[in-house]
Amino acid sequence: MSDTSTSASAGVATPQPIEKVSIIISKGSLEGIYPGLIMANGARAEGMAANLFFTFFGLDAIHAKRIEHIKVATVGNPAMHIPTLLGGLPGMSALATHMMAKKMEDLDIPPIAEFLEMIADTGAGIYACKASVDMFGLDKDDFIPQLDDIITVGDFYEMAAGGQIIFT
Amino acid sequence: MTTTTVTTPAGVTSVELTDDGFFVDPSVWTEDMVPELAAREGIATVTDGHWQVVRFMRSEFLTKGTGPSVRALGKTSGVSVKELYELFPKGPAKIAARIAGIPKPKGCI
Repeated sequence: MSDTSTSASAGVATPQPIEKVSIIISKGSLEGIYPGLIMANGARAEGMAANLFFTFFGLDAIHAKRIEHIKVATVGNPAMHIPTLLGGLPGMSALATHMMAKKMEDLDIPPIAEFLEMIADTGAGIYACKASVDMFGLDKDDFIPQLDDIITVGDFYEMAAGGQIIFT
Repeated sequence: MTTTTVTTPAGVTSVELTDDGFFVDPSVWTEDMVPELAAREGIATVTDGHWQVVRFMRSEFLTKGTGPSVRALGKTSGVSVKELYELFPKGPAKIAARIAGIPKPKGCI
């Protein structure tokens, strides 16, 4: 085995690859949840270690009953490009969610529940924030079976040590 | 770009690799390169599971022009996502593509 590099130039330091990411999902809307899931899944696909932490309204993404009812925010979301008053009409959020779900299916992006199952299968950890769980009066039985644990902020920092933290 | 040599029972072949370790020309790849390419990725023993994934990646690339992402692999290769990560802990689609001599699969999922 002999390697001869033709492009490596002496004196240029290569950046250290990222080896671990800890991704926090704090929002419970469709657009608040997907980016973190995609980043966690993508990290594993690149061979990095990844952990997902769900806090505040982000807990809806791992709540066994609410996971099927995640919606796009059509109010207070200028990037929807519809007037706020229209966005507030009954059914608008469901309609926008339905349209987006169809688009995602065409692009082979899995629904949130299936995506979380897959992410758990990649070996990424799935955790809930204890303060939020207590605040909403929930316990472990309220969550999807892929939840690894309910942990404190201290546990989180311990687990995230040596890696990158991404807050979404 | 990097030039490397792969030794097989048939002889020594010079192979050009991209900076991230993928074959520049997939047509120079042969199946008997697999054990050495796998060893470079830290896979000491190529099991039936590895072969199944590598051959599947290769045939998908030859028919579709691009290798499948992990999700597509899990759905269509007959190897589950969980097993894929057990076989290729450093990223199934990426590592299997390197071993199968095909470009890095595109796609975010």
